[in-house]
Amino acid sequence: MAWRIVVGLKDNVRDARGERVRREIREHLGIDLQSVRTIDVYTVDAQLSDEEVAAAAAGPFSDPIIQDYAINQPLAHNFDVLVEVGYRPGVTDNVGRTAREAIQYQTGRSFASDEGVYTSVQYLLSGKISTDDAERIARDFLGNGLIQRWDIIARAGFDSNKGVPVTVPKVTSTVKPAIRPVDLEISDEDLMEISRQGMLALNLEEMKAIQSYYRQDEVIASRKEVGLGAMPTDVELEALAQTWSEHCKHKIFAARIEYEDDQGQQEVINSLFKSCIMQVTADVRKAKGKDDICLSVFKDNAGVIKFNDDWSLVYKVETHNSPSALDPYGGALTGIVGCNRDPFGTGMGARLMFNTDVFCFASPFYDKPLPPRLLHPRRIFEGVVEGVEHGGNKSGIPTVNGSLVFDERFAGKPLVYCGTGAIMPRVLNGQPGHEKEAKVGDRIVMAGGRVGKDGIHGATFSSEELHEGSPVTAVQIGDPITQRRMFDFLIIARDRGLYNAITDNGAGGLSSSVGEMAEFTNGFEMHLDRAPLKYAGLQPWEILISEAQERMTMAVPPEKLAEFSALAEEMGVEIADLGEFTDSGYFHCLYNGETASYLPMEFIHNGVPQMVLQARWTPPVHQEPVFSLPLDMNATLRQMLGRLDICSKESVVRRYDHEVQGGSVIKPLVGVTNDGPSDAAVVRPLFDSFEGVVVAHGICPSYSDIDTYHMMANAIDEGLRNYVAVGGNINHVAGLDNFCWCDPVASEKTPDGEYKAAQLVRANKALYDYCLAFGVPLISGKDSMKNDYMIGGTKISIPPTVLFSVIGKIENLRKAVTMDAKAPGDLVYLLGQTRDELGGSEYYAMHDQIGCNVPHVDASSAMQRYRTVNAAQDEGLLASCHDLSDGGLAVSLAETAFAGGFGMDIDLNKVLVDAAMREDKLLYSESASRLLVTVKPASQERFETLFAGQPFACIGQVSSDEYLHVAGLQGEALIHSTIDDLKEAWQSPLREM
Amino acid sequence: MAKQVRAVVISGNGTNCEREVANACRLAGADVVDIVHVAELLSGRARLDDYHFLNLAGGFLDGDDLGSAKAGANRLSHAAVKNSEETLSDQLHRFIADGKLIMGVCNGFQLMTKMGLLPALGGDYKRQSATLTFNDGGRFEDRWCYLKVDQESPCVFTHGLAGLYLPVRHGEGKFVVENDSVLQEIEAKHLAVVKYSDSEYNSPVMEYPLNPNGSVAAIAGVCDETGRLFGLMPHPEAYIHRTHHPRWTREPELPEEGMGLFLYNNAVSYIRKELL
Repeated sequence: MAWRIVVGLKDNVRDARGERVRREIREHLGIDLQSVRTIDVYTVDAQLSDEEVAAAAAGPFSDPIIQDYAINQPLAHNFDVLVEVGYRPGVTDNVGRTAREAIQYQTGRSFASDEGVYTSVQYLLSGKISTDDAERIARDFLGNGLIQRWDIIARAGFDSNKGVPVTVPKVTSTVKPAIRPVDLEISDEDLMEISRQGMLALNLEEMKAIQSYYRQDEVIASRKEVGLGAMPTDVELEALAQTWSEHCKHKIFAARIEYEDDQGQQEVINSLFKSCIMQVTADVRKAKGKDDICLSVFKDNAGVIKFNDDWSLVYKVETHNSPSALDPYGGALTGIVGCNRDPFGTGMGARLMFNTDVFCFASPFYDKPLPPRLLHPRRIFEGVVEGVEHGGNKSGIPTVNGSLVFDERFAGKPLVYCGTGAIMPRVLNGQPGHEKEAKVGDRIVMAGGRVGKDGIHGATFSSEELHEGSPVTAVQIGDPITQRRMFDFLIIARDRGLYNAITDNGAGGLSSSVGEMAEFTNGFEMHLDRAPLKYAGLQPWEILISEAQERMTMAVPPEKLAEFSALAEEMGVEIADLGEFTDSGYFHCLYNGETASYLPMEFIHNGVPQMVLQARWTPPVHQEPVFSLPLDMNATLRQMLGRLDICSKESVVRRYDHEVQGGSVIKPLVGVTNDGPSDAAVVRPLFDSFEGVVVAHGICPSYSDIDTYHMMANAIDEGLRNYVAVGGNINHVAGLDNFCWCDPVASEKTPDGEYKAAQLVRANKALYDYCLAFGVPLISGKDSMKNDYMIGGTKISIPPTVLFSVIGKIENLRKAVTMDAKAPGDLVYLLGQTRDELGGSEYYAMHDQIGCNVPHVDASSAMQRYRTVNAAQDEGLLASCHDLSDGGLAVSLAETAFAGGFGMDIDLNKVLVDAAMREDKLLYSESASRLLVTVKPASQERFETLFAGQPFACIGQVSSDEYLHVAGLQGEALIHSTIDDLKEAWQSPLREM
Repeated sequence: MAKQVRAVVISGNGTNCEREVANACRLAGADVVDIVHVAELLSGRARLDDYHFLNLAGGFLDGDDLGSAKAGANRLSHAAVKNSEETLSDQLHRFIADGKLIMGVCNGFQLMTKMGLLPALGGDYKRQSATLTFNDGGRFEDRWCYLKVDQESPCVFTHGLAGLYLPVRHGEGKFVVENDSVLQEIEAKHLAVVKYSDSEYNSPVMEYPLNPNGSVAAIAGVCDETGRLFGLMPHPEAYIHRTHHPRWTREPELPEEGMGLFLYNNAVSYIRKELL
């Protein structure tokens, strides 16, 4: 039988959660309610006595100081409409899982597999609410129909004795698991129909490659030996589709591209990944010789570089865009805890040290009609921020660095970049920590969560096809605690040498993790029926490709299995022995002893035909805009500071724990009142050393509207100058490239595919050119190539966006520098030359213009500057250092001044230019590689000696009053604003988010 | 037991700050500092009896899914130690009866409060009389706060301190009491060891953001009547070196040792003097 336990705050206790919901309903939907109160509901479906249920309600489920509870009767009273929101069957319910464990501790008995606790939340709404409003509140704010269901009950219809009726969202299924053959001896149209219907996402050429594989006589013969017919099984087809997917195989980056530039020059590129990304890393490593910092690149879940003689750094950045568009909270939560598994599953495993996050959204204040099925950008903002907050904070990993980037086109697809850095011993049990090798005979052991239908076929499903009891497959919700328990267990297992290899289960599930790890031995034999399931009724192919979260796969030597297993049990982690790694040459899965797949490793990994893409570069035509100099430059500066790309993100930053683990040295918020915008993070990973890890990034999608070559160059430069600004050693830094593109494959849906492919080529060319020039190896990356929205006649493509993340080192973190002005009288220097480069700038965007003079990066001049900045930092000459990016000089000056709590006197005549320029252009140009530094007068001579021969100029002084004073070219007071006014303009736009 | 100061930090199930707390204990001069997974305590291989100083570190026990530290408190109260007649809770109460020290930070403070270990008025360590709930702002926040120390408090950890500057990092840090008489008794007995205050440590503050969560009487941490059990929402282990301070690059006069370390120093000195 099932009980409903309801837990609510006592009437005199403030309901902060309810108040927040009320506030957000007003912001999101414009519905002003009198009050919102909340009640937690636990539906307990298990063999328990009434006394046991009462003990749970009185004990772990409620807090006697502030809460009341009731069992099978309602607490709700004094409301106009009640909305109860619960999960659909099969959706991860973390609170329900914890509630179930709590009862098990109390009773000392385990739940049976079909017993459970399900949670929901009641929102008691008071105020004038129409039926329509109530439906909107439930559908557009409180619940998400993909993963949740809700009841709406008006006060008149509420049974005050019984309350809301019991609903048990248990997964029910009458499906009989079986291995099914699929006939591929059919027409081309029918082949494509199989691909479409089965959501395999394979094109005709790929389907035909599979078809012809099965026609071979020797294949038919070898299948016969293992009891298989000539037709592929559904398990095989799904495994091939997974392995050959764009997501796993990066077919666009591996494609043969026939590129033609605007001069008519033709070129054939055989894999951008090989010829640009891998090649530049190889070339940089060679050039660096014994100073090469790379240890493991492009072959594992994350990249590994040297930190010092004893430790290595591991870094990976992922995107989780489509899931976050559907369910912002769950998508982003899964994004970050999923990214955590990559460094953890690199080499023999690494201890997680920091997270980073970069989000690209449309404005949360978007007020135009939205195309169907898109969530409002504000809701995406809220959900994504909260998902990453829960994922990072609960996992005990500090979020140290990030950005928010805004563009209307991200309404079509938000970008959610999640990064995780980690640290591992250089040597573990006598072997290099960054290497691993599964051996023939090792057991295939899965640890962590159970397998459900989560994430099967990703986001392509359609909710209309679901029946009431069928589990939701597209959206997953991460479970940081189950993962934390697994990591706690695995790090001990690692140090005891209990496994030979480890990898994560992410995209493609077991198919991908076991399939890839088996490349060490060239084969495996796995029993799908031995995987623990969340609920009955999964088909063998579903078990193979399920993307259920919180799972790692290990290769455990048979003689260590008992110890591995005992440790797991003691630490409350579920593991399963699924089979063994072999040298058979086959991807061999079985279900109840019957062969379910028998595919050569060679075919599954290398059988996918190479894609051929056409790319033609036709530069877009833009004009430099013509408008008059603004009359009030104070107002212009305030307006610029309040732009979403520039304004303070403090409300978001404070929601992330950026200090847990005790290594925070340069925080995201710095300055006299702890609220200035830091350029980069410095983390101290080892308690007994002052060596620091420096983390930064660059991202500038607005330049893509002019030329992705310069977008890429500027992103690299921005990442490096942020890194250098705090003291990162320019000679000890590595980069990660994360491409988010719109579909570049020309088709009916994408008539401009050749242009988009050319944009991709150009970005990669810049990646090669600038990483080589800066001496920065690429160690890892990812691409997400289909960031388009297309429903009906509406298509929205994101601007091509690359996040360039950097990780490196500062030898002595006590020499790190922050961006805030430190003392009146300090001299203000601008390093680098300012040019008429406002194409794609924030300033032009404020005038609704794009322009054409996109900033060009002069890498050799920049490199010399960054090296000299490092030298000045080492000598302690820099009081502050801040990069110039969005909004150029004026924004950088204002930020440095108000973060420090001092004014500044600046003379625009002193700014170094290559040609005469209007004052607003001087202030807002986004020329690359520039830094604003302040220097104590006592250090002036030494500082100027260091920079002799380079473009730099002293442009003013930090003042003791509260004014940012900028004198114009005629000596007039161009800007004369208090730093408080400027700071208010900068802080107000997103303060209440 | 040899004359060694022995500190233990419990880890597992969502505890996150065990490494930096252990480091703080080491820097404070504890001779033995062990991070012990709760599974090791439940297996019986490790015992609380072997230590003098128990640290309940910050984190999200069981994800704080049933309310902060609620599920964790339930586990400690009910989980049996293998091959023995005891629960972990029995060991814990013996630890208290033996006059030893416990410090709970953030989630550890929430855990202690919900188990009834704090403020434990009248020495009743099993009756909950206060709680920690959602911040008035309804959100998690990471923010540095000024704390005025009650110098008349019996708390052994804050001995000799007038003020502290430490970060809070919580979503459920609002201290709430069962009724007014509990608050009066806490105040009368000087158990409200630290209160959110102005930057000069002059007086308690109720206004956001100096008081980040709306705690009653601006209470950030409380001790029991012996002063040996102490819990607080701000993180002392997050400020043990000057480079932890958010303004270290602009305040050259900051000492090398951070303020939070004093709490651990006091604990270790007390143990050397009273328990060895």
